[in-house]
Amino acid sequence: MNLFRSEEHIVRWLGSRSPGATIGVATLCELAHLWWSDRLDPDWKPRTREQNQAILDRLGLMGEPWQLA
Amino acid sequence: MLIDLAELHLRNVTYRLFVELGRAPTVHEVAADIESDDEEVEAGWRRLHDAHALVLQQGAAEIRMANPFSAVPTAYRVFARDRWWYANCAWDAFGICAALRADGRIETSCADCAEALTIRVDNQSVDDESLRFHCLVPASRWWDDIVFT
Repeated sequence: MNLFRSEEHIVRWLGSRSPGATIGVATLCELAHLWWSDRLDPDWKPRTREQNQAILDRLGLMGEPWQLA
Repeated sequence: MLIDLAELHLRNVTYRLFVELGRAPTVHEVAADIESDDEEVEAGWRRLHDAHALVLQQGAAEIRMANPFSAVPTAYRVFARDRWWYANCAWDAFGICAALRADGRIETSCADCAEALTIRVDNQSVDDESLRFHCLVPASRWWDDIVFT
């Protein structure tokens, strides 16, 4: 899970490997806040897989690379 | 794998101490906090590791990841709440700002060309939207090898 200057840099870094999922950093920031913002809550409880998938779905992160199961 | 209330408490104390100390707590520090013993904490940590609630160093009773925080130096450094933290990956770097509910500055480099990258996070927004994030491993396999992911 890495950051790159541009799509061109991702393609070069991948070489012959199959690409995974690519999103812009603004979406990543939004995803991170939805995913991690409760992590230090004193009453934190683990989310279900369905709840995690709903976060990805909410941001339009669909398809095989974003399917948790 | 489900975790019970005692394990949930252990997990939450471990995370609280991580942030208070600015580093991963030791087994002994957590045991002292919850008035338990080292063996109980180690056993609890192993169950939490199996449940993906934290990640232990291979073969040791030491925290490797309390996601999004990393207990070991990484290529993703985050300055937030007046101190530096290490994140496990790019996603987790933003996750540290989210978890701390703080603005921050992420310092890393392009994984391709190694050019230094600095991103400011203010009010949950980034100052440079041109950068791209890539995840090589599909979501269904993230936990096959979480350190690689």
